[in-house]
Amino acid sequence: MRAFDFAAPRGIAGALRLAGDGSAFLAGGTTLVDLMKLNVLAPEHVIDINRLPLRGIRLGPDGLHIGALERMDDIARHGAVAAQYPLISQALLLSASPQIRNMASIGGNLMQRTRCGYFRDMATSCNKRSPGSGCPAQTGDNRGHAVLGTSASCAATHASDVAVALVALDASVRLRGRDGERSVRLADFYLLPGDTPHVENRLRPGELITEVIVPRLQWARHSTYVKVRDRQSYEFALASAAVAVDLRGGKVRDARVAVGGVGTVPWRLPAVEAALRAGQSFERASALAAEGARPLAGNSFKVELVQRTVLRALMEVAGSR
Amino acid sequence: MTSGDLSRRRFFAQAAVASVGMTVPMSVEPGAPEADGLVEVAFTVNGKGERLRVDPRITLLDALRERLELTGTKKGCDRGQCGACTVHVDGRRVLSCLTLVATMDGKRLTTIEGLAKGDRLHPVQQAFIDCDGFQCGFCTPGQIMSAVAVLREGHAKSDEEIREAMSGNICRCGAYPNIVEAVKQARS
Ligand SMILES: Cc1cc2nc3c(=O)[nH]c(=O)nc-3n(C[C@H](O)[C@H](O)[C@H](O)COP(=O)(O)OP(=O)(O)OC[C@H]3O[C@@H](n4cnc5c(N)ncnc54)[C@H](O)[C@@H]3O)c2cc1C
Ligand code: SF4
Repeated sequence: MRAFDFAAPRGIAGALRLAGDGSAFLAGGTTLVDLMKLNVLAPEHVIDINRLPLRGIRLGPDGLHIGALERMDDIARHGAVAAQYPLISQALLLSASPQIRNMASIGGNLMQRTRCGYFRDMATSCNKRSPGSGCPAQTGDNRGHAVLGTSASCAATHASDVAVALVALDASVRLRGRDGERSVRLADFYLLPGDTPHVENRLRPGELITEVIVPRLQWARHSTYVKVRDRQSYEFALASAAVAVDLRGGKVRDARVAVGGVGTVPWRLPAVEAALRAGQSFERASALAAEGARPLAGNSFKVELVQRTVLRALMEVAGSR
Repeated sequence: MTSGDLSRRRFFAQAAVASVGMTVPMSVEPGAPEADGLVEVAFTVNGKGERLRVDPRITLLDALRERLELTGTKKGCDRGQCGACTVHVDGRRVLSCLTLVATMDGKRLTTIEGLAKGDRLHPVQQAFIDCDGFQCGFCTPGQIMSAVAVLREGHAKSDEEIREAMSGNICRCGAYPNIVEAVKQARS
């Protein structure tokens, strides 16, 4: 690991004063420390943000507010979250391991890096880690890679489960920098790789995520998160689906659908939602889940897998129709 | 002075001092960087107060094993993927391999060495012996630290729940069925 300076400020203003190019905020450390050990990340300044007042889970009239430092396990088991937004709770509990969920914060979760093996291996080239060096995954080992939103420069999946649920729910992140505060919808926060896969989101250098805000959605109570993976637990998704259904009088009035494990960013599926609103069968609606997919040699199975994952999630929430 | 009061200039000035290897004595609060780039941390491990001056790169796992000679906590993958390094921080199970010891100031830690009361084993330790919940034993300290937490969390109501709650601890010998039995014995 490269040498760095360490600071543990108590106030947000103090943390922002220390932050900038070459610095990294440290929350749970489950991404940052891991990647620093591999020399994939080598910040000169590490700012431990755990003393900052960024805690609290609160359900207000405008929705759910989650402080950026709240831990994955605490959010998942919070009564209001589990009751009003089961898909958030389930996405978190199906993530990582109990130990990691005790450590990892929601802010860090949304900022976690891809698990692409080339990205993590300093001995190989990788456009995301070292811009312009090439993407060995295009012709190499790409079984776990994305089929949606890919480019010739990068096909890495975004690995967060809870981000999929949050994108389905139209959540936003509250950001604070030295120049002030702003909110960004999570769906706009993440950027497609295009020719610049090293630019993953709209966070500016030195900017801090302070809060996640999930708008109120009454029928989010009827929701689920289905995750398909190579082993039963402690594994990233091959495909996953976050689904909420507004079911009234036996009819689907509205739906939210997003998928993970298959996209370069958490992937909302407006076409599937529209088909469901139009009264199409679950089978026909979920067939639209892989629209625009561009599989690589090793991951074409994900096209059918993601359709079936969406179908299963819909059936879990609303029975078969 | 707290580290939060550090000005940016100060922060960089200290970095410059550290890089030429000078030591400037300065009184600082625990958790704040010192002029030589080392960080002073104070915490308790198994009820005993400890105070260390550490390079901020050192993980809690390495500090426990190399500095405090508490080698019961094991280094398996060192990547957060196996659970062998599980310890409790303020009563919650975490991975010591992904924790920087510099962040531990003021914390209360428990390691496998802290479970027994003198010669009397913790009920979970005894259950692992009674149920043969291990073969080579390398993952066992982590398994036991997790199992103690699982019982405290109340996530041991069924075999299925135990398996899921213990899924952050890999056992390459495959002693899983006996580990589930041990958790059940300790539960009752
Ligand atoms: C073995 C393993 C398995 C895993 N499995 C899963 C899984 O199945 N599903 C899943 O979703 N995730 C999984 N993860 C990823 C895990 O959820 C993330 O590592 C974790 O959520 C990151 O949170 P953290 O608080 O530890 O972040 P840190 O490691 O502290 O930080 C991560 C990044 O975010 C930045 N950051 C942190 N907080 C803020 C903030 N408030 N504002 C701005 N930037 C910030 C940091 O600077 C850093 O760049 C797994 C991780 C491991 C190691
Ligand atoms: S897929 Fe993306 S992260 Fe993986 S090697 Fe290619 S550029 Fe790097």
